[in-house]
Amino acid sequence: MSDIGREPDMPPLALRDFTVVTSLGAGRAATAAALREGCSGLRPCTFDAVPFASYVGEIAGLDAAPLEGHVAGFDCRNHRLAALALGQDGFADSVAAARERYGAERIGVFLGTSTSGLLQTELAYRRRDAQTGALPADFDYARTHNSYSLARFVRAALHLAGPAFVVSTACAATAKVFGSAARMIAAGLCDAAVVGGADTLCATTLYGFHSLGVMSDEPCRPFDVERRGISIGEAAGFVLLERPADRAGEDTVLLLGVGESTDAYHMSSPHPDGVGARLAMERALEAAGLRAADIDYINLHGTATPIGDAAEDRAVADVFGARTPCSSTKGFAGHALGASGVVEAAFCALGILHGFMPGSPHTRTVDPGFRSGYVREGGPARVDRVLSNSFGFGGANCTVALGRGS
Amino acid sequence: MIRVSIEGVGLCGPGLDGWAASLPVLSGMAEHVPTPVRVPPSALLPPNERRRAVQTVQLTLAVGAEAFAAAGRDAGETATIFTSSGGDGETIHEILSVLASSNRELSPTRFHNSVHNTPAGYWGIATESRAPSSSLCCHDDSFAAGLLEATAQATTERRAVALIAYDVQYPSPLSAVRPIGASFAVALVLAPVPTAAAIAGVAMTLRPKSDAASVVVGPTLEALRGTTPAARSLPLLAALARRTTASVTLDYLGDLELALDVTPPAGVAASVGRSEPVAG
Repeated sequence: MSDIGREPDMPPLALRDFTVVTSLGAGRAATAAALREGCSGLRPCTFDAVPFASYVGEIAGLDAAPLEGHVAGFDCRNHRLAALALGQDGFADSVAAARERYGAERIGVFLGTSTSGLLQTELAYRRRDAQTGALPADFDYARTHNSYSLARFVRAALHLAGPAFVVSTACAATAKVFGSAARMIAAGLCDAAVVGGADTLCATTLYGFHSLGVMSDEPCRPFDVERRGISIGEAAGFVLLERPADRAGEDTVLLLGVGESTDAYHMSSPHPDGVGARLAMERALEAAGLRAADIDYINLHGTATPIGDAAEDRAVADVFGARTPCSSTKGFAGHALGASGVVEAAFCALGILHGFMPGSPHTRTVDPGFRSGYVREGGPARVDRVLSNSFGFGGANCTVALGRGS
Repeated sequence: MIRVSIEGVGLCGPGLDGWAASLPVLSGMAEHVPTPVRVPPSALLPPNERRRAVQTVQLTLAVGAEAFAAAGRDAGETATIFTSSGGDGETIHEILSVLASSNRELSPTRFHNSVHNTPAGYWGIATESRAPSSSLCCHDDSFAAGLLEATAQATTERRAVALIAYDVQYPSPLSAVRPIGASFAVALVLAPVPTAAAIAGVAMTLRPKSDAASVVVGPTLEALRGTTPAARSLPLLAALARRTTASVTLDYLGDLELALDVTPPAGVAASVGRSEPVAG
């Protein structure tokens, strides 16, 4: 990484509006309050009667909130959660205003998810016909299970008619959609874009991460010397991106750059030297035209697995030394899997707007072997430029750079 | 309008055993016989990994390797876009069956193979590529969505991008709710400007739906296009095989379409195949 500042490779985009829901609460105000106060939404898992001890960030009330009206056919837990997010913080109104400005066909929908409505298929497999093995007649593959169903639902719910697709790169999915949207807008294929996504609890991920031996039996403790694995959380977040006004003010958060890389190492284990993670951060800085010293805070992927945290610490320390404050927010609401990218981008945007740096609930003693500038206790701070890391299975890495307008 | 250059193609489907072997069928000079899909063993994986690899990985490695060999590009330095209408149904079915049983212990390998970007992960490992890679899903329109993302990336980031689109059949009972005609995969190496390797230029426009989607000549190929989302690429592949100027329309999201104007590289005589558009 050169120490000489340079022109950004990517023209900045404005986060015209954003919204987020996790087990910390629904909407920006509740989320910001919980992040500042160091609350955690992680509770012992009672979902689907899993027989092993774990903690999850579950969102209350989804079972009693079926979808209605013209989107009723999309009804499943993942789309109920997406609908909850779309209906808060005035987000749908902001999209409607953008629709007036640009036209519905000029607004793209680029969303990410890891498991989409897979829970719906899990439930359908428990109701297979005893004789034929057939799935129940009410199971709607295209509108619940299929990964694209999330973008199809959001496009229908927001009455948009522009280009759309779903990115599904495991836990890097809703970080990568920022890059997709930036390319689509730069290529002139749309003028604005709704990005983000949702992931909900399901048996596949609970039992799957358990099979890999990485589910913690206590609330996850990122970067702790005694970290024992992840806690899964369900979450949704959406961002409306568009070109910024000529002079984006201090209260505008900008997307400055996106850096993507592949580990080329292993399907479910990160490269131990953090090679891919380092490349993603360096490419995000390059796209944003920033140097390492320009970054005020790094939101880490930090899922609290022994190997993953060690690899990321190494990558961060190699690029930033110990001077840049960094923390993982997984202890607040768990690992939102495919939704973690947009959720943590929203956490960072709240930190920029409200002047705070989130800490790391449940982390007691930072691993003494680590070299990065890990922040266990959050607090008030002026935060102007941040990076947010998201890394997934298949060695899919993505770093998003956000900053304050000036 | 977005312009890209196509440098290499890889293909695997029923009666379509690689790009070079499929040219007579795709250019209309030989009859298509939909023989069972034969996936050539990939030299990119060590033998033990090759045996264990799931079908989506075998398919995508095969077409990717073929396209890169034709393009003469280093796969280790080239960004990739993978796109599939639904990924690996066999792995999902196995997981769902276990979860619906009384013993819900999953195989860790099966679990990490269940993600939509499994082929991209193995591709990165096999080609030692640390280049950016994304994995898309857009149900029936996954090929069009992948083409949109790949061409946007090639032009805005001024870099070569490989698009790898694939589908495999789902096992029962998922096959009843999501029938897929056949296993099919296609790879296109795209570049922002023409090079010596260029086999065609493509000018792409995203616009509101106005035309019918292009069809492909021959009942078995057209049936494949109609039943297999990744095979919606066939009208474009036929245009490339004919090495003539052609207009191709791809459906996208019901209310949109991608209009592709395909032109042979300068200096290539349009002497192979016929000169009319592939379809209307």
